[in-house]
Amino acid sequence: MPPFRRALRPTALIATLAAPLVLGGCDLVVMNPSGDVARQQADLILWSTFLMLLIIVPVMALTVLFAFKYRASNRDAEYQPDWDHSTRIELVIWSAPLLIIIALGALTWLATHKLDPYRPLDRIAPGKPITANDKPLEIQVVSLDWKWLFIYPEQGIATVNELVLPADRQVRFRLTSSSVMNTFYVPALAGMIYTMPGMETKLHAVMNKVGSFEGVSANYSGAGFSDMRFPTLSVDPAGFEQWVAKTKASDTALDASEYLTLEKPSEKVPAMHFGTIEAGLFDRIVQMCVKPGSTCTSHMMHHGSGAQQVAPPVNDKPGEGADGALMKSPDEMKTSPHLMHPHGAPAGKSEPGAESNRNMTRMDAPAYPGRAAAGEA
Amino acid sequence: MSETLTKMIFGRLSLESLPLHEPIVVATFCGVAIGGIALLGALTYFRLWGYLWKEWFTTVDHKRIGIMYMVLGLVMLLRGFADAIMMRAQQAMAFGANEGYLNAHHYDQIFTAHGVIMIFFVAMPFVTGLMNFVVPLQIGARDVSFPFLNNFSFWMTAAGAALVMASLFIGEFARTGWLAMAPLSGLDYSPDVGVDYYIWALQIAGVGTLLSGVNLVATIVKMRAPGMGLMKMPVFTWTALATNILIVAAFPVLTAVLAMLSLDRYVGTQFFTNTGGGNPMMYVNMIWIWGHPEVYILILPAFGIFSEVTSTFSGKRLFGYTSMVYAVLVITILSYLVWLHHFFTMGSGASVNSFFGITTMIISIPTGAKIFNWLFTMYKGRIRFELPMMWTIAFMLTFVIGGMTGVLLAVPPADFVLHNSLFLVAHFHNVIIGGVLFGLFAGINYWWPKAFGFKLDKKWGLVSFWCWVVGFWVAFTPLYVLGLMGVTRRLRHFEDPSLQIWFVVAAIGAAIIAVGIAAFLLQIFVSIRNREALKDESGDPWNARTLEWATSSPPPAYNFAFTPIIRDLDAWYDMKANNAKRPVAGFLPIHMPKNTGAGIILAGFSLVFGFAMIWYVWWLAAASFLGLVVTAIAHTFNYDRDFYIPVEEVTETENARTQVLARLGA
Repeated sequence: MPPFRRALRPTALIATLAAPLVLGGCDLVVMNPSGDVARQQADLILWSTFLMLLIIVPVMALTVLFAFKYRASNRDAEYQPDWDHSTRIELVIWSAPLLIIIALGALTWLATHKLDPYRPLDRIAPGKPITANDKPLEIQVVSLDWKWLFIYPEQGIATVNELVLPADRQVRFRLTSSSVMNTFYVPALAGMIYTMPGMETKLHAVMNKVGSFEGVSANYSGAGFSDMRFPTLSVDPAGFEQWVAKTKASDTALDASEYLTLEKPSEKVPAMHFGTIEAGLFDRIVQMCVKPGSTCTSHMMHHGSGAQQVAPPVNDKPGEGADGALMKSPDEMKTSPHLMHPHGAPAGKSEPGAESNRNMTRMDAPAYPGRAAAGEA
Repeated sequence: MSETLTKMIFGRLSLESLPLHEPIVVATFCGVAIGGIALLGALTYFRLWGYLWKEWFTTVDHKRIGIMYMVLGLVMLLRGFADAIMMRAQQAMAFGANEGYLNAHHYDQIFTAHGVIMIFFVAMPFVTGLMNFVVPLQIGARDVSFPFLNNFSFWMTAAGAALVMASLFIGEFARTGWLAMAPLSGLDYSPDVGVDYYIWALQIAGVGTLLSGVNLVATIVKMRAPGMGLMKMPVFTWTALATNILIVAAFPVLTAVLAMLSLDRYVGTQFFTNTGGGNPMMYVNMIWIWGHPEVYILILPAFGIFSEVTSTFSGKRLFGYTSMVYAVLVITILSYLVWLHHFFTMGSGASVNSFFGITTMIISIPTGAKIFNWLFTMYKGRIRFELPMMWTIAFMLTFVIGGMTGVLLAVPPADFVLHNSLFLVAHFHNVIIGGVLFGLFAGINYWWPKAFGFKLDKKWGLVSFWCWVVGFWVAFTPLYVLGLMGVTRRLRHFEDPSLQIWFVVAAIGAAIIAVGIAAFLLQIFVSIRNREALKDESGDPWNARTLEWATSSPPPAYNFAFTPIIRDLDAWYDMKANNAKRPVAGFLPIHMPKNTGAGIILAGFSLVFGFAMIWYVWWLAAASFLGLVVTAIAHTFNYDRDFYIPVEEVTETENARTQVLARLGA
């Protein structure tokens, strides 16, 4: 019957589309990663899918079968217009999904605790447990508008838009963000984790292969988001030492003032290397007090306690944070030109698609009450 | 004129706010303007303004309001789909040196607008429209509980949609993603008008949605025909009840969170900012406490439609009605216990993540039971493959895949690698297109003859059906694959050229869906042209089972001359089986609510108020708010709210129907 054959068509289509995958035509990095954590996450995907297919496949088969068999033109099929209940079938259709969910729920509970990103790893790879001597490498990650800052506190170095990891060594990421939320995601290494301003998240992972991988921001964060990619290099221990030594030789230093410059929005930033870093910078970024005179969030409740405090309480902070629109006199109000409206003489070509149009940082920051536009600052 | 004065008059609106330098927008504007002028000209030429105002804009008839909701949803579908095509085209071409044709500023607005429009101004009006049209008929009521409120709700939704459309040509829309997550949506990072458009469009439309929820809950609880106990309610009415309870419970949360965001933006509070004690995580939690029930608000009525359709076209009672009802209620309750699964990756502890992962999986049990119930409704039935049934079977085959990937995403460690990836995008389109939209198309094809008295053309319906189903799989299978390749969402540009082929396939899929939408419009056009040939005078073209098919098509303004008495779940089937006699004499005058323009006037003031707030035109905001309050108070002094349909008119209408039925029976 035509309806039956038609109903099959989408399925046939999936099979056709899936064929290149099966034949190994593309790189499913999520299913075939290089880090032990991501490996276990991929296995979990396969197991969960298998468990669910136990019920999905029969349902799809029965749908097609019943639709075909009980078509109106098939007068041979049994017709029971008033049959609407069967305790036995009801028991099966509620308990079959229930059993699968019980199995999947148990798997979920165990796997979620085992693969909790906050939990230090207990193995480097299958069969290679972590011993007391294996110290994790700490890397502090800060997402900036729109680039990534990686601080290696033990090594006293930092990079922008380049992540280098020693293979087969546990890495402990501490992550935060300077302005808006981003997500740190190296698909080959481990699952993703958000970076959030004023908050710190953690991720434990290990890369088991040497090679070059791709890292991205997985959470939309504004105009330059698309290019927030960072190459992730996994190297052997000797290679890592070499790389550290080479980076240390760089004479640029990452201190608070350098960070405040770096923090300003920019796009497509090439890799940068800092040979020295200011101690405690990451903690000040988390506490949002890199700017001289600003109060760290941990000290917000301590105003007047005699501790070293230069700044007034946060709520009176002059010039910090945007004032509400209603609080402004008309003179303070600026018009809101369309953001893409060319301001003054265009810096370059202005037709759509021109490189100069991409550079959001070139444009005047949008004008709004009480704050100077970027072009006027 | 001094600059101060200009700013006081126009706020931050200036000529420079118009996107005159964006050729795509200017061309769109010209198209819309020409089309709009042509439409307005035609309305004037054919002298339709009075008719539209008297019969449609001011109507309190639930059927007409339902139809207006559907028209709104259809118009907005075209806009939302245009956004989708633009995104697909951009992603298919922007590789390596090719930057595509959309800059970040434009692209980011497009994906935000696409999400906002498709959820709030396509899916919601469609769902509300169908509930509005069908529920009172299905429970044997004359209208909803609060007919004026119904009209007002519609116009508020339309005003919200109008604001979103205005943002295309005046200023710009938000560049934040469809949930406008803080702190990105705060004044610090989004100082322009985009987020304000977002806030006011959703706040104004939200009033409409909430009030329509209250209205339908009251209608279903209080206005059922005698004999229709809760467990004799058709499943669509049950799902409508559950959905509207969800709306009443969830939408105030959205209103509150948007109100706090606007306080942050307008008076400088620090609810969701990074500094001053604000906490952006609060925004994430609150928006998803609304956001997760929202997806069930959309899908539950679709489940109801599938139940009606399966039972009707299998010629059989619905299998497992009781377990169906309990499944709906379990889903309703559980939908409040799963919101955290949208942000497993924001650093919650393992036990919290496991809890929300497992509650999410538990929802699949009642959902699975419902699928089985439809399956066993088909079992030992006589299935007629009319369009609604075909949409239903396509739904069952498509939705189970979406359900499976959904449960997969509920496993937190799996979510860690799939969250914010194109796999996730494919998943929610799989359930929203494969579930909600297929359901709406089933519902439109099913109830169209009830609304207009003629069926929809089957040939073009089939073209639309196959284009949608095939197009959906061609468009979203590549996205599943890309997600497994580690590609994340909302990217405007890619480096790896090996990915391009998948995006090209996805774009082809979107093009096939475009043909499906065109075929759907043609289906409507062809059907209206051939309405004589497609005419159904019986009022029951599908040999259906529920009460709405007992009356004429289209039903008279009063729906039923006498309120029917219900003995069975399948009330109309029961009446047919027992040769219930339709009353042909002894009619009485019928008490009905009177049309009023108050709803459209209130919504008009709200629209102006929203626009003024967006552009900081304080005097206009104050004036329109005053207008809003004065109109609302004045409307309470309008005592001329009801009338009686004279008995002669009722008799005439019913006699005409009697003759038609006699002719058909002969």
